[in-house]
Amino acid sequence: MLLVHFLREELGLTGTKIGCDTSQCGACVVSMNGSTVKSCTCLAVQADGAEIATIEGLANGSELHPMQEAFWDNHGLQCGYCTAGMIMTAVEMLERNPHPSSDEVRAGLEGNLCRCTGYQNIVKSILAAAEKMDGHAHNDETGGHAHHDH
Amino acid sequence: MTKLGGTPTMTTRIFGSGIRRREDPRLMTGQADYTDDIRLRGMVHAAILRSPHAHAKINSIDTSAARNAPGVLAVYTGADTDGVLNPIPCAWLPPDSDIKAVDHPAMAVDTVRYVGDAVAVVVAESRYQAEDALELINVDYSALPSVVNPQAAMASGAPQLHEDAPNNQAFHWVVAGGDADAAFAAAAGDPQNHVVVSENIVQQRLIPNAMEPRSAVASWQSAMGELTLWSTSQNPHIVRFLCSLVTGIGEHKIRVIAVDVGGGFGSKVAMYADEMLATFCTMQLGRPVKWTATRSEGYMSTIHGRDHVQQVEMAATKDGKITGLRATVYAGMGAYLSTAGPGVPTILHGLMYSGPYEIPNVKGDIFGVFTNTTPVDAYRGAGRPEATFLLERMIELLAAELDIDPVEMRRRNLIQPFEDGHDVSTGLTYDSGNYQGTLDLALQHVDYPALRKEQTELRSQGQYMGIAVSTYCEICGLGPSQVAGAVGFGGGLWESAIVRFYATGKVNVFVGTSPHGQGEETTFAQIVSDELGVPVEDIEIIHGDTDITPMGWGTYGSRTTVVGGAAVVLSARKIKEKGKALAAHLLEAAEEDIEYEDGKFFVRGSPDQNKTIQDIALMANVAWNMPEGMEPGLEATTFYDPPNFSYPFGAHVAVVSVDADNGHIVLQRYVAVDDCGPQINPVIVEGQVHGGVVQGAGQALWEGVVYDDNGQLLTGSMLDYALPKAHLLPNIEVLSTVTPSPHNPLGVKGIGETGSIASTVTIYNAVIDALKPLGITKLEMPLSSQRVWQAIQQAKGA
Ligand code: FES
Ligand code: FES
Repeated sequence: MLLVHFLREELGLTGTKIGCDTSQCGACVVSMNGSTVKSCTCLAVQADGAEIATIEGLANGSELHPMQEAFWDNHGLQCGYCTAGMIMTAVEMLERNPHPSSDEVRAGLEGNLCRCTGYQNIVKSILAAAEKMDGHAHNDETGGHAHHDH
Repeated sequence: MTKLGGTPTMTTRIFGSGIRRREDPRLMTGQADYTDDIRLRGMVHAAILRSPHAHAKINSIDTSAARNAPGVLAVYTGADTDGVLNPIPCAWLPPDSDIKAVDHPAMAVDTVRYVGDAVAVVVAESRYQAEDALELINVDYSALPSVVNPQAAMASGAPQLHEDAPNNQAFHWVVAGGDADAAFAAAAGDPQNHVVVSENIVQQRLIPNAMEPRSAVASWQSAMGELTLWSTSQNPHIVRFLCSLVTGIGEHKIRVIAVDVGGGFGSKVAMYADEMLATFCTMQLGRPVKWTATRSEGYMSTIHGRDHVQQVEMAATKDGKITGLRATVYAGMGAYLSTAGPGVPTILHGLMYSGPYEIPNVKGDIFGVFTNTTPVDAYRGAGRPEATFLLERMIELLAAELDIDPVEMRRRNLIQPFEDGHDVSTGLTYDSGNYQGTLDLALQHVDYPALRKEQTELRSQGQYMGIAVSTYCEICGLGPSQVAGAVGFGGGLWESAIVRFYATGKVNVFVGTSPHGQGEETTFAQIVSDELGVPVEDIEIIHGDTDITPMGWGTYGSRTTVVGGAAVVLSARKIKEKGKALAAHLLEAAEEDIEYEDGKFFVRGSPDQNKTIQDIALMANVAWNMPEGMEPGLEATTFYDPPNFSYPFGAHVAVVSVDADNGHIVLQRYVAVDDCGPQINPVIVEGQVHGGVVQGAGQALWEGVVYDDNGQLLTGSMLDYALPKAHLLPNIEVLSTVTPSPHNPLGVKGIGETGSIASTVTIYNAVIDALKPLGITKLEMPLSSQRVWQAIQQAKGA
């Protein structure tokens, strides 16, 4: 059984999508032990003992992950079918390269297809998230959030 | 915590504001329910065996081994469905076209006519078991000769698909305005003052590739005789209607649900056999049945787009005034007529032969042709990209022939600006247009003279840069129902919307249209918020479930905001009228003295004496103190039938470079200036343009279906069919002008398809322009590096 089927059918985690049968589209991207995999290319047994993160686990309760926020802010999705894979890919992309150029983002999406957006606002979202997550780190260092909580 | 981003301040109008989409949170968190995400108690899985032959007789089918395979509950063939399921209907039969609406059985009975034709269906406890069992079915075929090219299919001696359709001709439809033959005779008779250019254009076949494969979950409740069908559809109400025709279940006993759908682009408009097979299976077995296509299965069984062979001539005076256009088009229909298939190369194509230009004499002979291929139907733009391509290509050829700058060539023929109605030779009345306006803006934005200068410099250095400018106009916002009937569409094209206020001031809006990525949960909320002063957070748009929503004809033809949005705003205005009357009663004033602003009804001159829309909603719902004769409740319904189509337009510019060493094309810049009237949410509009332009670029540069001579689909998976990818594209530069439609209550025109309508030919023309120094005037699409490199080699050798 493929990992993607295990997630969807056995665990009911249907946020991860299936868009193809030839490992082209990236709709099924999840994180396994911290790096992204196309869950349609991997058997469930191969994931035995691994830590899998799917789109369902990205937000912290009702608080969206900054990448989700950025996709929302920048109209980075239309039908939403590619979105789980895009966001999981993008999160890892920034972990590896926190300050990508626009070309690097585009290159990093090589394995993800979107038919709705023409990619432009996906790229914009990822760049915006990079900026925001970076700013976030700065704010945390300087205690820039303190005045919010009183 | 998140809050609604971009929520306008008091001074910003919500109409026209690029607020974040209200549907996004569920889509971004994995909480949306697409059809394949639905899991019901006792649900079993169907898999469909498809013909590996393009054309063959079925001698026998042996299903015994499959029936005994583990987990298998049943195997059905055409013998089981024949006479139980009615044929899958074609719903668009253009009049006066001698159309042959051949029977399209849900499963082949004795003949298969394309690779992908359904032959048997297996139902098993799991999807794996169902798929494994497919391999145990033994079908004995006798292969028959096949034909895949629409022009070849009409030649004498070509293999015949249907007895009732001699020469494989599905229909012959003619568009004519003015006297094209006379115009061409005049041009031929006076060559001193006229030119005629001609060209054969192939609009290759495309696969729409919505990212979500098609899927259906059918659940039959035998005790009630009720069917629930989750379906990846752009138009659930049409599915309900046609499902009732195919299965015989009363329309009132069918519930079709298509709330979250992963893109369509036309490919989820059609009524498919597969959904009806899932329905057949649940009715036989009494258990819910799910069927979901694999991507490769979808490539065979979901409609394709385009597939035109066009022979075109254009006549003009030597000073560049177009005098006539003549076209003969062979439009591949595939093996059967898909739901809207015949309407695409006729009504949505031939009627647009004047484009944004004054072309006094037009004639088109459109032949719909059966071929041993997957049925062809509407794909983003549907007929208009093919018409725009034809016009923009011919004008480019004319410009070259007359040595007039291609932009100037267009200017000499553009229709002058008009605000309310302009008749063109094909018989249409365009609503409003300012074609020069978009052209001027595009040229100014790119600094056209500077671009040409750069091109000249690069050429002198042996580099190939190409520039092309297109002007286009399209028909959408489908459309007046009376016209729909007159042009053979088997349904209406109106829309309906219910706006319902609850006592707490919160609002549900129930709509018949069925967006699947276009964002109308947001734009419709903006319309209501703008009209009634209720915050968008208090408004929820409900769509896609036929048991809950009022009738609607669906989301396609860039009609959702235009027609569906009009129904929404008119309902909101009815609410306002009732609110006024109720406010007058509560404020003890005359109704004429009540004014409305920003969600408040007040007595003229005394804004302090007011009732908010929420006060009104509360009172109307509890109805403790209503004026004499007024019904309780605050709810309004509108059935809106548009008086005309809408006609968005624009000017696009493409700049490309071609590497002569390897034929590699880089799309350097793409500028889209579109006019869709007032924009309710400009961010969403821009997103539609991005996506459309890139799909059109796909046709020009990468995409194309290939069948071999035996009708085998060589581009059978995503491995073989090249889709646009992020790293191949520049940022699209999006600009706009605003020319309201005079007949639409919101002035809006539709934006879903403009990108794909204009971009294919603009990019194509730019590539040809780049290669002009080599004398290359024509290339086959898609413009793959290999193809371009070969043409360059040939040109250099010559
Ligand atoms: S479903 Fe895994 S790459 Fe397409
Ligand atoms: S948003 Fe629809 S496929 Fe990407």
